[in-house]
Amino acid sequence: MDTTTESKSTRQTEIKEAESVVVRFSGDSGDGMQLTGMQFTDTSALLGKDLSTFPEYPAEIRAPAGTVAGVSGFQLHFGSKEIYTPGDQFDVLVAMNSAALKTDLPRVKKGGAIIVNTAGFDSKNLKLAHYPEGANPLEDGTLEGYTVYRIDVTRLTKDALKDSGLGMKEVERCKNMFVLGMLFWMFDKSMEFTITSLTEKFGKKPDILNANITALKTGWNYGDTTEIFTTRYKVSKAKLPAGVYRNISGNQAIAIGAVVAAEKAGLPLFLGSYPITPASDILHELSKYKANGVKTFQAEDEIAAICSAIGASYSGSLGMTTTSGPGMALKTEAMGLALIFEIPLLIIDIQRGGPSTGLPTKTEQADLLMAMYGRHGEAPLPIISASTPADCFDAAYEAVRISVEHMVPVILLSDGYIANGSEPWRFPTEDQLQEIKAHFLTENNNPGGNLLPYKRNAQGVRPWVKPGTKGLEHRIGGLEKQNETGNVSYDSKNHELMVKLRAEKVEKIADSIPFLKPDSGNEKGKMCVLGWGSSYGAIKTALIDLHKENYDVAHLHLRHLNPFPKNLGELLHSYDKVLIPEINGGQLLQLIRAKYLVPAVGFNKIQGLPFTTEEVKEKIKEFYNS
Amino acid sequence: METETLEKNAPVKLVPKDFASDQEVKWCPGCGDYSILKQIQTVLPEFVTEKEKVVFISGIGCSSRFPYYMDTYGMHSIHGRATAIATGVKVANPDLNVWVIGGDGDLMSIGGNHFIHMLRRNPDLKLIMFNNQIYGLTKGQYSPTSEKGKVTKSTPFGSVDEPFNPAELALGAKASFFARTLDRDPKHQQEIFRKANQHRGTSFIEVYQNCPVFNDGAFALYTEKTSKKEESLFIEHGQPLVFGPTENLGIKLDGFNPVIVDLAEGVSKDDLWVHDENDKNKAFILARFADMKRDHFPRPFGVFYREERACFDADVQQQIDEAKNKKGRMPLNQILSGNKTWTIA
Repeated sequence: MDTTTESKSTRQTEIKEAESVVVRFSGDSGDGMQLTGMQFTDTSALLGKDLSTFPEYPAEIRAPAGTVAGVSGFQLHFGSKEIYTPGDQFDVLVAMNSAALKTDLPRVKKGGAIIVNTAGFDSKNLKLAHYPEGANPLEDGTLEGYTVYRIDVTRLTKDALKDSGLGMKEVERCKNMFVLGMLFWMFDKSMEFTITSLTEKFGKKPDILNANITALKTGWNYGDTTEIFTTRYKVSKAKLPAGVYRNISGNQAIAIGAVVAAEKAGLPLFLGSYPITPASDILHELSKYKANGVKTFQAEDEIAAICSAIGASYSGSLGMTTTSGPGMALKTEAMGLALIFEIPLLIIDIQRGGPSTGLPTKTEQADLLMAMYGRHGEAPLPIISASTPADCFDAAYEAVRISVEHMVPVILLSDGYIANGSEPWRFPTEDQLQEIKAHFLTENNNPGGNLLPYKRNAQGVRPWVKPGTKGLEHRIGGLEKQNETGNVSYDSKNHELMVKLRAEKVEKIADSIPFLKPDSGNEKGKMCVLGWGSSYGAIKTALIDLHKENYDVAHLHLRHLNPFPKNLGELLHSYDKVLIPEINGGQLLQLIRAKYLVPAVGFNKIQGLPFTTEEVKEKIKEFYNS
Repeated sequence: METETLEKNAPVKLVPKDFASDQEVKWCPGCGDYSILKQIQTVLPEFVTEKEKVVFISGIGCSSRFPYYMDTYGMHSIHGRATAIATGVKVANPDLNVWVIGGDGDLMSIGGNHFIHMLRRNPDLKLIMFNNQIYGLTKGQYSPTSEKGKVTKSTPFGSVDEPFNPAELALGAKASFFARTLDRDPKHQQEIFRKANQHRGTSFIEVYQNCPVFNDGAFALYTEKTSKKEESLFIEHGQPLVFGPTENLGIKLDGFNPVIVDLAEGVSKDDLWVHDENDKNKAFILARFADMKRDHFPRPFGVFYREERACFDADVQQQIDEAKNKKGRMPLNQILSGNKTWTIA
């Protein structure tokens, strides 16, 4: 009887040493692939592998079972080297049905391993996946050149759980654990963490818990005892910088960043939000921090969400709102109000494919120009972007710093790719974090006269006056204000002055932004690749390879999109060629060309998918040699 | 020594002019808004000792200029959103005394969604709707409370829109307090504001407000000497429903149907409908009076309905306090590290 969780394999197989491996779990929306992938990820992370994940799921919660529309995938790239992307191609594909195989086969490496659940390849499933009548990829040579493992996961799970006392549906739900067990065996990983987490999840339902653990162990033993698996993989620990790590997704990192930054600034945090994919997880995460005074408000719509946050900021909290493109569009009028009030406000846009409902579960970087210009009137706002899941923490922290210290709403752009993706994070400790200073006015800044709520300091920043402060009662509004007094003014010259003062305040933020330095490569030379946001990993990985081939190409990556770092223009002019890859039609490209008159060239992809390293590499080579 | 400190810290009794800002009031001459401003400035000193805790929040429209004229904290925001902003203000700081000001267009049209959601959530604040049944600031288009057939600049052939009945809408949205009053009746207004102040929850007050420029006389039936006694019904909790030139008419209930009766014709006051602010079914019947044109019911004024129920801001705060007591604040280093970490040497 197997009572230990640290199972040791009992038979000899070929052990393949690998630097890094990409595994893709693919199945029906109801097959539990996301959970399986996350469990595999946690275990990999805790065993010291560097990694990057990419969950990909359909917009429909439960599209018809067995169809291509219903395929849900979870991709994990882990290894002993530093990993910056979830990987272009799969070393191992787990396909739970015909539709999953059809969807993901094109991205399996030649010679890669494919594990199929044969129960998902009966005539009904083949038909649902729209294979031609009579065709079966398992039998017709489609999979030639791959190592294919045909396993009836459904039947094996049912057999293993026939005495569990559970109904058929519940038994079937355990088949993902069978697969996970098998994969743990293949990759020589411990089941311990998964068993602990199953126990936490199902502790109060012992039948379900036991069934899941049995399925998991049966999967492991199946790998170990049957002769069909000839290969196991061995990936050693990553040589990451020393330190303590955790695994984190982009949305989690934004939530934590906001909580920590607000506390560092001494401000209560208030989130006004309306659920929207792919931003909702930030609302979910923040609603857990009640003991730290975080108030979350699920509003009736996107407009109420931002307006409630404006109300919270006005009353002395740090107001925050989270959304995606369609919601951003609805919030624009209120953004203008917060802008003319000149109060802190954190506006988070987790970009997805647009326009309109577009591709809700797919990624895109196409809201940059909306963030930049999407308001009526002359209405510039600072814009920050996040480039990796863990980087979302630093981006959120920086957004709060700017917002609070410069009394201005800040837009933070992330996207679906890094919001749901995860990676190891060498998290900071509290004392390593920069101070954030909120300046509340407690006494009249115009002794003997009326308060001057719009009197500015050298950075062009007005004071924050909290309602409840005795003697500083005053009114603010969306109508144009007289300089300093804040009283309503329709004076034409005053309007121009105020427009300029608000714009200058945003420009002056550049004084507190570090100069941009290349992420890799030289500060001048033949070519640079300028990126922003989630293209970071693909560009970085491409350049690691290209530098080995002696390409003189540098990688510049922007955190601050408005204002830009002060040296950006000079830096760009120091390269012969500038390439700007974006998951949009060329939005940063327009801004850069207009502002710095650099003949930059765009590399654009608008397919709802991130760049692969290979396509970035190819494009750089082509442009470099042109 | 101790008494001296107490006296020094004792709040100075505020007077109406303490609530008037230095800004020139710019409503049209004869606008009903002047009266509402005056009545609010009159009653506030009765129950406000710390005016720094008072916040007036408005949307867009003539009435929404209101906060500029109050020497309290104030915000003139964007069209229709004052309710949403006020919810954020009150939830973030439940200690503030929040008043929301809006017109019929602001609250029932562009802000209709936030209006109903505020009422169901019931944050503890005052919500005053200046209903003039017209768009004033945009110079005279029909509003969602204008009567059907209204001829305006945008409806030269008469509007074909069915109007909202604000009382019915509010009660349907679970308002915990609904009252109606008139710009031309200062005493009644003051009384309603006092009652609103005593209520814990969202106190929604509809004020019939005359727009002398674009909809003059919209409420003349209820304000002019010749008609007001016959057309208005002032309701008081525990009192029978009596109206008419010499208080000669009453209303009794025949099942769910109100019936107008002549007290001179042998009907006793004891047989009349006695107003009960806590009866929601009857509040709905009162609300329907405005639409019961065939039988020509008088228009009720006063507190239709009042109900003590949970307030959103307090419930949110309670969850926070309970979590703090139960779990305690999580140190930042623990938030940063999460539950699962590993070390690379």
